[in-house]
Amino acid sequence: MTTDVRQANRRTLRKLVLVVIGMFGFGYALVPLYNVFCDLTGLRLTDQGRSTVAAVVDEVDKDRWVTVVFTGNAMSGLPWEFKPKQTSIRVHPGEATDAIYVVRNLAAEPIAGQAVPSVTPLKATSHFKKTECFCFTRQELQAGEVMEMPLRFVVDPDLPEDVTTVTLSYAFFNADKVSSKKYAHSESGARREQAAVYASAVNAAPQG
Amino acid sequence: MSEAAHHEEHPTGISRWLFTTNHKDIGTLYLWFAFIMAVIGGLMSLVIRSELWAPGLQMVDPHFFNQMTTVHALIMIFGFVMPAFVGLANWQIPMMIGAPDMALPRMNNWSFWILPFAGSLLLLSFLAPGGGPSAGWTIYPPLSVQGGAGMDFTILAIHMLGISSILGSINIIATILNMRAPGMKLMKMPLFVWSWLITAFLLIAAIPVLAGAVTMLLTDRHFGTHFFDAAGGGDPVMFQHVFWFFGHPEVYILVLPAFGVFSQIIPTFARKPLFGYTSMVFATATIAFLSFIVWAHHMYTVGMPLSGELFFMYATMLIAVPTGVKVFNWISTMWRGAMTFETPMLWAIAGVFTFTLGGLSGLMLSITPADFQYHDTYFVVAHFHYVIVGGSVFALFGAVFYWLPKWTGNMYDETLGKWHFWLTFIGFHVTFFPQHFLGLAGMPRRIPDYALQFAEFNVISSIGAFATIAVQLIFFYLAFKAMRGGEKATDQVWEGAEGLEWTVASPAPYHTFATPPQVR
Amino acid sequence: MSMNEKKSLTGVRFTGIASRLFAALVLITFSGLAFAEYALNFQRPVTAIAQELYGLHMLIFWICVVIFVIVFAFMFYSIFKHRKDKGFKPATFHESTTVEVVWTVIPFLILVGMAVPSTATLLKMEDTRDADLTIKVTGYQWKWQYEYLDHDVNFFSNLSTPREQIENKAEKGENYLLEVDNEVVIPVDKKVKLLVTAADVLHAWWVPQLGVKKDAIPGFINAMWTKVDEPGTYRGQCAELCGKDHGYMPIVVNAVSEDEFNAWVKSKQAEQVAMAAEAGKTFTQAELMERGEKVYAQCVACHGATGAGIPNVFPAITGSPISTGPVDAHIDIVLNGKPGTAMQAFAAQLNDVDIAAVVTYERNALGNSVGDVVQPADVKARRK
Repeated sequence: MTTDVRQANRRTLRKLVLVVIGMFGFGYALVPLYNVFCDLTGLRLTDQGRSTVAAVVDEVDKDRWVTVVFTGNAMSGLPWEFKPKQTSIRVHPGEATDAIYVVRNLAAEPIAGQAVPSVTPLKATSHFKKTECFCFTRQELQAGEVMEMPLRFVVDPDLPEDVTTVTLSYAFFNADKVSSKKYAHSESGARREQAAVYASAVNAAPQG
Repeated sequence: MSEAAHHEEHPTGISRWLFTTNHKDIGTLYLWFAFIMAVIGGLMSLVIRSELWAPGLQMVDPHFFNQMTTVHALIMIFGFVMPAFVGLANWQIPMMIGAPDMALPRMNNWSFWILPFAGSLLLLSFLAPGGGPSAGWTIYPPLSVQGGAGMDFTILAIHMLGISSILGSINIIATILNMRAPGMKLMKMPLFVWSWLITAFLLIAAIPVLAGAVTMLLTDRHFGTHFFDAAGGGDPVMFQHVFWFFGHPEVYILVLPAFGVFSQIIPTFARKPLFGYTSMVFATATIAFLSFIVWAHHMYTVGMPLSGELFFMYATMLIAVPTGVKVFNWISTMWRGAMTFETPMLWAIAGVFTFTLGGLSGLMLSITPADFQYHDTYFVVAHFHYVIVGGSVFALFGAVFYWLPKWTGNMYDETLGKWHFWLTFIGFHVTFFPQHFLGLAGMPRRIPDYALQFAEFNVISSIGAFATIAVQLIFFYLAFKAMRGGEKATDQVWEGAEGLEWTVASPAPYHTFATPPQVR
Repeated sequence: MSMNEKKSLTGVRFTGIASRLFAALVLITFSGLAFAEYALNFQRPVTAIAQELYGLHMLIFWICVVIFVIVFAFMFYSIFKHRKDKGFKPATFHESTTVEVVWTVIPFLILVGMAVPSTATLLKMEDTRDADLTIKVTGYQWKWQYEYLDHDVNFFSNLSTPREQIENKAEKGENYLLEVDNEVVIPVDKKVKLLVTAADVLHAWWVPQLGVKKDAIPGFINAMWTKVDEPGTYRGQCAELCGKDHGYMPIVVNAVSEDEFNAWVKSKQAEQVAMAAEAGKTFTQAELMERGEKVYAQCVACHGATGAGIPNVFPAITGSPISTGPVDAHIDIVLNGKPGTAMQAFAAQLNDVDIAAVVTYERNALGNSVGDVVQPADVKARRK
């Protein structure tokens, strides 16, 4: 191998190593890029912080009704019962509205949880704004404590015309990984349910 | 010339293989490693097919079954097909472009010797508490976050396998760009070399992204990060985006070198130049480019916005165009040739045929609404075995029979080679063709047990799998026999073969092209 | 092949394989009508969307078949005619711009033709507006939870195939692995919106005949919809690997008339109220034992039908310090599980009555005879 070729090989090696490092970084960059992409498209709302919106003074669109449906899950690993107090509310776009979720700690110790919101349809995500929400911070409940958690939201008048129903769902996670493992049980990690059928049956008297 | 003769001397015994920087030795090591991994992965597939022999649980428990499907896939992809093609590249690329060796011989040694350790680490994961990885080869969180230490072993093994591939690719690129014989212009290179050049670029672009993804998984598991954990503001679906950003180019990494092999073999036995050389190169490059913008077609069901689903559907369908061009070119190469059907040609034709079937089922899968029914069923399992076994593995068999006389200096047993071909070909289709029906009828993939209406086709598939694997003993025998002796091969070996590798002696001397040939 | 014959065949596992195989081959070869029975294609669609998907699937399939036949007709013609042993002299051509442009453009046009109907169908599938009814589906390892948001009905749906069938100790039933204890009941001719999510790992909710499949993702909610045309029972499975028992979390949808649906909702609501009321009641040991034996089915996988467990892997119930020792510790381990082992916490999954029953059963059966009776109130007391 001549020195020329040897040098050329070294140069190629250096360049390609840089490419490799760059691509490794790009793998990580996909995370923020993905969030930018999400913001642009309203694809997902992963960061609850970003849904904090200062009270917007919007024109209330009195001619339009939007139904907001509430639902929620406490995840495996969080032995809480968690459900909306109201199934749905009809609102005018632009109108600030309050809603309440009820949560009960079924465990015999204090536990902190973090709620993560999710909205469907996807295109409504960026038009559903929360001005106050229990999901902005982690919530701690004492053993057996029952708490009503408030939420104040505005449906943006820019909500696409064809959206008539918006579903807001919260997933309540155990904020502590160790505690979460404990309640989610088992070495293979699997399962645990808490939105217990039994517990909800106690509370769910048929309405009519 | 005296220098070349001097170089003929090399260490013998174990140190020859441990310290070798010779591209042919390293190529041989890669091929043997791939072979051993194929045997292990093949045995795992038999565990899977035994369990699926009948409804009910008979052989293994579901947790172990999941480990088998996971590790079978990882071993076949990272341990068998990729190293096997790198082995071919090591042996052939320097000989095909008239280079004395790979560009970075010492790095070449390292990139191979990482592999046995990585492979062992992957297999050792079975001994970890909780067993080996069981979250599927796609290791989607949160399931992969739940697993035991076996998952950490796997992540480290993937890192090592990835580093090996990256080093190998850098070497291949440097060799092709810098070491070509005088007159060997880029657009004169054999298509196998072209395919590998493009594949190597795909590898260095895609593997680091996988490394990033599994690193994030590792830190999520142990170091409190929340990349994929919704509780901490992450998103489990994001892993899928990052993974498939690697994963889709990966399938072309597996199959582009196979296209290169077909493009070498078919002209040789058709005794006619390859049709559409330039369009072949451009088609390959186009496929490589498109492979980076179609990743989300693996995840139509995650709940993407409509615009995303449409974009990925259209982009994916587009891949059919350059792929079609390649198939048409191969058939046009055969057209009005003077064909003979030695074993390598049989493999190449079977490869084009089977790969095209897999390509067409891929076209069906690209249609988003229809994919809602196909997704995660045996239809998908059938599809990717048609393209990876039918495309890549058939090409590997073809390549081995095509170049074995050059490597060993001996012809293989043609009759037995044809027997091996036909039995494997039939066995393969018996195994995987019925899986299309299973998938369409609604059998999900990755289940150890199934409803009764799926019983018949599963039995057929299992019989096919056992037959196919058993037949590989013939291959083992054939390869050994050719290494031991037999009818001496000429330097030209095949009447219609063209290219620099056929100008050197058979078996190829330890050092070839110490003095670069002049290509006109 | 008749249904009876099929059943009898499936009753024999290994011995009947040859005959079954032969039967299958005969069927494939000769009987177009029998294809449905051997499930060569999609299951019969029962919604407009599933029907469209079937049509789309067949359209693309036939396009692929035609392409395949034409392309390989050339190849096989060439293989049979252009052979050296027939003395064919090779041509030397190796490019033709015209031909190459043609075979780039034609496939592209075919693709456009495929994309148009696909896009139309996709638009319909993604339109979840104006639903008559909303059901939230939550995937768990390894069961489904259904919440009828408009009706306050909420239940879990578990695989109901007995373990003996899975372990090949009993003949497999007709709906082996595709049967559940609580079916999802929906009204026909109503647009039902399904909100899909998961509580632990990824799952996917799929019923082939309805033409719906969406991933269930923890922390996120996905929406899809279905409108079933005809009453009937439709079966599906989890379609995303979710761990050990991924193959054992089926979905059964029972589509009924609107009246039947309303009646079902009423009975389900009444059942839930009764369950709540039951919790305060005092039971006899016999009642608890009977119920406990049923609940114990959930323990059999690890602790064994006889309570013997598996040595060094899963502890025995028979004679164990927990099931023969202080009752509170026994209730606690059932409620809270044992961290770091496969023993899960049943606090949320089982109600007080069930836990009282299974603890009573474990203490007075399976070779144990402690003699005490655990009441739901005892369990309730341990919950806090």
